[in-house]
Amino acid sequence: MLEIDLDSSLAFRSSLIVLTARDIRCGDCSWPLTPELSLTHHDHAGVGMLELDDATGRLACWRYTMGRNPVALRFEREFTRQRDHMASGQPALPAVVASCPICQLPLPPDEEECPNCARELHTPPSTWTLLRLWRFAKPYQGQLLAGFLLTLAATAATLVPPYLIMPLMDEVLIPYQNGKPIDTGKVAMLLSGLLGAACFAWALGWARTYILALVSERIGADLRTTTYEHLLKLSLEYFGAKRTGDLLARIGTETDRINVFLSLHLLDFATDVLMIIMTAVILFSINPWLAMVTLVPLPIIAWMIHIVRDKLRTGFEQIDRVWSEVTSVLADTIPGIRVVKAFAQEAREAQRFRDANKHNLEVNDRLNRVWSLFAPTVGLLTEIGVLVVWIFGIWLIAHDSITVGVLTAFLAYISRFYNRLDAMSRIVSVTQKAAAGAKRIFDILDHVSSVPDPAKPISLPPLKGGIQIDNVHFRYGNRAILRGIDLDIRPGEMIGLVGHSGSGKSTLVNLICRFYDVSEGGIRVEGVDLRSVAVADYRKHIGLVLQEPFLFFGTIAENIAYGKPDATRAEIVAAARAAHAHEFILRQPFGYDSLVGERGQSLSGGERQRISIARALLIDPKILILDEATSAVDTETEFEIQSALNNLIRGRTTIAIAHRLSTLRRADRLIVMDRGRIVEIGNHDTLMATEGHYWRLYMAQSKQLDEPSPLGAEEDIEEEIINHPAGTKA
Amino acid sequence: MSRRPIFRPFSLERNAFGRLVLVAPDGTRHENIIPVRAFALSAPETGIALMSAESKELQWIERLADLPEPAQGMIAEELAKREFTPVIRRIIAVSSFATPSTWTVDTDRGQTTLILKSEEDIRRLQETMGPGALMIADSQGIHFLIRDRTALDLLSQRILKRFL
Ligand SMILES: Nc1ncnc2c1ncn2[C@@H]1O[C@H](COP(=O)(O)OP(=O)(O)OP(=O)(O)O)[C@@H](O)[C@H]1O
Ligand SMILES: [Mg+2]
Repeated sequence: MLEIDLDSSLAFRSSLIVLTARDIRCGDCSWPLTPELSLTHHDHAGVGMLELDDATGRLACWRYTMGRNPVALRFEREFTRQRDHMASGQPALPAVVASCPICQLPLPPDEEECPNCARELHTPPSTWTLLRLWRFAKPYQGQLLAGFLLTLAATAATLVPPYLIMPLMDEVLIPYQNGKPIDTGKVAMLLSGLLGAACFAWALGWARTYILALVSERIGADLRTTTYEHLLKLSLEYFGAKRTGDLLARIGTETDRINVFLSLHLLDFATDVLMIIMTAVILFSINPWLAMVTLVPLPIIAWMIHIVRDKLRTGFEQIDRVWSEVTSVLADTIPGIRVVKAFAQEAREAQRFRDANKHNLEVNDRLNRVWSLFAPTVGLLTEIGVLVVWIFGIWLIAHDSITVGVLTAFLAYISRFYNRLDAMSRIVSVTQKAAAGAKRIFDILDHVSSVPDPAKPISLPPLKGGIQIDNVHFRYGNRAILRGIDLDIRPGEMIGLVGHSGSGKSTLVNLICRFYDVSEGGIRVEGVDLRSVAVADYRKHIGLVLQEPFLFFGTIAENIAYGKPDATRAEIVAAARAAHAHEFILRQPFGYDSLVGERGQSLSGGERQRISIARALLIDPKILILDEATSAVDTETEFEIQSALNNLIRGRTTIAIAHRLSTLRRADRLIVMDRGRIVEIGNHDTLMATEGHYWRLYMAQSKQLDEPSPLGAEEDIEEEIINHPAGTKA
Repeated sequence: MSRRPIFRPFSLERNAFGRLVLVAPDGTRHENIIPVRAFALSAPETGIALMSAESKELQWIERLADLPEPAQGMIAEELAKREFTPVIRRIIAVSSFATPSTWTVDTDRGQTTLILKSEEDIRRLQETMGPGALMIADSQGIHFLIRDRTALDLLSQRILKRFL
């Protein structure tokens, strides 16, 4: 039974297709299962389609969104099985593969959770993200506690002075006005008390700030490195969907912001809260009535904070995103600066940056409108509060309920109190900023790699180099790239992968390296499914030369030794020789110690390729993968590399992709791919003899186009010219 | 890169399997023709290519409207069958303002839900379609279109703003 969610005009409406032992039904229609009946599946742009045909024509066609694709594929298989059983007259046996309860895909061996569904777990992160920072604060709890106690003491110390003002007023100054002489001893005692309290508060404050700043700096650093470490573990899929600028902004700016929040503002906040509580206690102990009046603005401010907070947080989150946009423009342009300059598009890029900034301004302006109103309003409320205390205080004095000293002390306290309140309300903005930042950091931290390491990884037996690829399907998003690849690569074999540009060669290699997980089917090495071994463990055995060679900032030697940092110089030189990089490296000013710039700009394309070949060879991999590894070198150099590789590929499995077919002369088997399928397998001679896809590719390259082909199909030749203009990648 | 096939009068048919068949002037029949728009968003009516099942361009059509019937109708019908870009008319509700978030939306193809994995899946199309145009890719890879976000109702706009 299959539930589809689109109707024939592609509107969202669900209906059911039911497969029984005898027929297939949908709505009121039913078609008996006959051997001619066939169900085929296609998909395009997020819509899947099942077509029911018989020998003469189409009977029905059903559509659904891609979420149902796994179920639909299973339905299709089930259909084929039922139909064949009908034809052979045997009852259909139910399939006995353990399958995922949600998507009904068969589970990979030794896994209980379906990797397909686990990846679709969509839970939004909680809003209390800041509390989650505790995970990073925990290792420092001792210091944090010390810092807190110091804060407590320091705050208490700053509260002493106003208390001393009270006796100063009531017992010294006012009696003096009333004609009594000043008691110098008492004055000296009170004043030195004031000084002492100030010094004490200073010392405590210093210790506290120092300790907490130290701790928060460490928390920030931990946060940053943890995020980066986690990021590196994420799959290529994640990086494919994210912009560099965005990730840079998250790890750089946002961790820093959280750091500042922790070191400065959180501290201030704690002090403020303590101060307010302590002040309130003191005020109440002096005169509860007056204290009550003092606290009147508090609930109003709390209410305002509550209203504004939400607005601020979403605003800041928006600003962060816009900020990422700004960084993204930079991260886009700077690596592509040669293209920008080549096409003289500096002005356009500047405009793009200006636009991003304008967007930034707009969002900021909107936020500032709220914020600029908020802070002065808190100020006004506190001023009114002071006024009310004055009025009420004078009234109390007039009624002889309190002394002048009490009122003075009160006013001294409440000015501190309101100051704190004001500062505290300001912190709302910083807190929300940090919360927004924390959310974006935890976005990364919460992301689970889509090529997860299994819970109980199987340790790999020593690799012989065989790879079994069973019925592998793969899609990027909603585009099916590989459709049913079956291939058994024997240990030590050299496989040549050929096919049109875009036929899925690099994708297949990506799957073999497990940069992505297959959508369906499985890849096994030594009989173990790739999904059940630890990723890093497996990749150690793979030497990969990518289509786009990438060099890190550093010396040539470092770049060659990237996969094996402890390689000896002799090993590095040997690898470079094998890759025919040795001589040109020696031509560099400092030989192997020459610095290559970011992205290797100072080397030619072919030189970069040779360095990455050396890099792959150095780790002495069991499986060597060369994706267009020699496309950028001249034919002669390629030939030399080839002959050198010849010695090296002995004893290891090699998968080589090349458009220049002559590169693959020595391959044991050539696999010809076309639009995600393997169309031919064989060595050069047999494939030439069959005059199929390979033959056409080869002929196109040997420029024998103008000779009439044996098949004589004029149309075919025209298409060849159109599609393979120079026989190489367009 | 590829040379444009020269315009030759051709005719279209539909076979019993519901697929388009292109009959070239010399009588060769190409089964399973697929029409595709070259500028699906910015200029959907101009530039339509008829691709063979092997995805080779067989015929380029400058403007669909210039094509005689019944070919025009057949192509339009086939395009409608393949295109799936629901246009969002109204955002009814979102499960949360933090991503991933499930949106309930009303589209020109009926009401449905979509899962927005992250804010980056909302793309501005100002260069192709005008200042208010947005494209939202949901977790399954379906692309939802908002032609002009300023033309949405206020609630939808307010929700949308939180994600931009
Ligand atoms: N990250 C990606 N996201 C979406 N689609 C992709 C991605 N990478 C590749 N593709 C698509 O997958 C198809 C196969 O790509 P692949 O890189 O495997 O081709 P290829 O055979 O290696 O081609 P070439 O010979 O040009 O290197 C292409 O149509 C490409 O557009
Ligand atoms: Mg490739």
